[in-house]
Amino acid sequence: MDGVHDLGGMENLGAVELPERDEPVFHEPWEGRIFAIGAICQTRLTGANLDAFRFAIDRTPPEEYLALPYFNRWLRMAETLLTETGTLAPGAIDARVRRRRGEAVEEPPAPEPNRPDYKATGPGSLRSVDDPPRFAPGSRVRTVDLHTSGHTRLPRYVRRREGTVGRVQPAQVLPDTNAHFIAENPQHVYSVRFDSTELWGPEAEPFSLYIDLYESYLEAV
Amino acid sequence: MATETHTEETFSPAERTEALEDILTERGLVDPKVLAGLIRNFEENVGPMNGAKVVAHAWVDPEYRARLLADGRAAAEELGFKGAQGEAIIALENTDTVHNVVVCTLCSCYPWPLLGLPPSWYKDPAYRARAVREPRRVLAEFGLELGEGVEVKVWDSTAEVRYLVLPQRPAGTESLSEEELAALVTRDAMVGIATVPAPGS
Repeated sequence: MDGVHDLGGMENLGAVELPERDEPVFHEPWEGRIFAIGAICQTRLTGANLDAFRFAIDRTPPEEYLALPYFNRWLRMAETLLTETGTLAPGAIDARVRRRRGEAVEEPPAPEPNRPDYKATGPGSLRSVDDPPRFAPGSRVRTVDLHTSGHTRLPRYVRRREGTVGRVQPAQVLPDTNAHFIAENPQHVYSVRFDSTELWGPEAEPFSLYIDLYESYLEAV
Repeated sequence: MATETHTEETFSPAERTEALEDILTERGLVDPKVLAGLIRNFEENVGPMNGAKVVAHAWVDPEYRARLLADGRAAAEELGFKGAQGEAIIALENTDTVHNVVVCTLCSCYPWPLLGLPPSWYKDPAYRARAVREPRRVLAEFGLELGEGVEVKVWDSTAEVRYLVLPQRPAGTESLSEEELAALVTRDAMVGIATVPAPGS
């Protein structure tokens, strides 16, 4: 999805936030609570997986994504996964907020469960792949012209760009299909190096960008 | 879409989180004690002090350093550090001529077993947007000025590989113990927005 989460290269966002001295892990109690709830939402509560979790975070309304504290995205993620899997009714959280404030609000009943009929083939995201890797260190590759409203880990700023394969990483579940409970589609993953001028033009600061890309994101040059 | 949940009145994330926990607890879906345990673990046991031990050990033991650079996950596990967001770990060695810096432009991927949960600046949109476009300017804003001769390598963690920067050992630390060295290593140096300061500086 070409959403607000895909931030690489975006301009006009101002100066970086400077490190806070002795920053606490959680700035306020609710941040710890939603982190813990979110952590168990990923699998036990909803039957979702890490990629579905990330896709739910990506769908945080853009104005909230940019303006509210980071852990608000975890709250939106939890609400999205819980409602999509029929664990929580839409509007249930706001209704409970009103009830807790003393308003006489009717709360929606718990919906019919709608958990995905989908099982991971193993723990985590690393898998073995029988086919040999299509590319090797030194291979020249071009990223595909990808357009999807679903989940992907190919950011906009590296689409349709030429780079060079560095190392071959461990093979991994493909987020693009796993997030939607279609299939794990494990693939080889490559660390691909791009020259900054390939990404940002001849006036770019000189540097190398290394990014981990799944095999289906790449074509041979 | 999440926008369906918009209401005319907007409630704070704190209030909404409390309401959600209330519902889930009432229905027996979460146990507040389990939540508290998870929170405590990330507040007390999983943090940059773990990565600092890895770095200090690599500084004093050349064979460990070689193992760390060959397989970061195995080397982290040697010291007892493993878990979620640490399935594959690569250590990136900073030298006099190469400076590595890590970002996640799509979310906030971070090597939890070694560094814990990411700090605010790492999750902030400005860092995520700019680190892959003008890294030298970004590093300068953090107070790190790199010489012309230093090659900058930016690592965008888009898949399940996590990166730890192995900073350079500061001069004048020859007499320090491994524990004293670990105390010098900062989180920011292990992400690549800082160097490790010499003691007393």
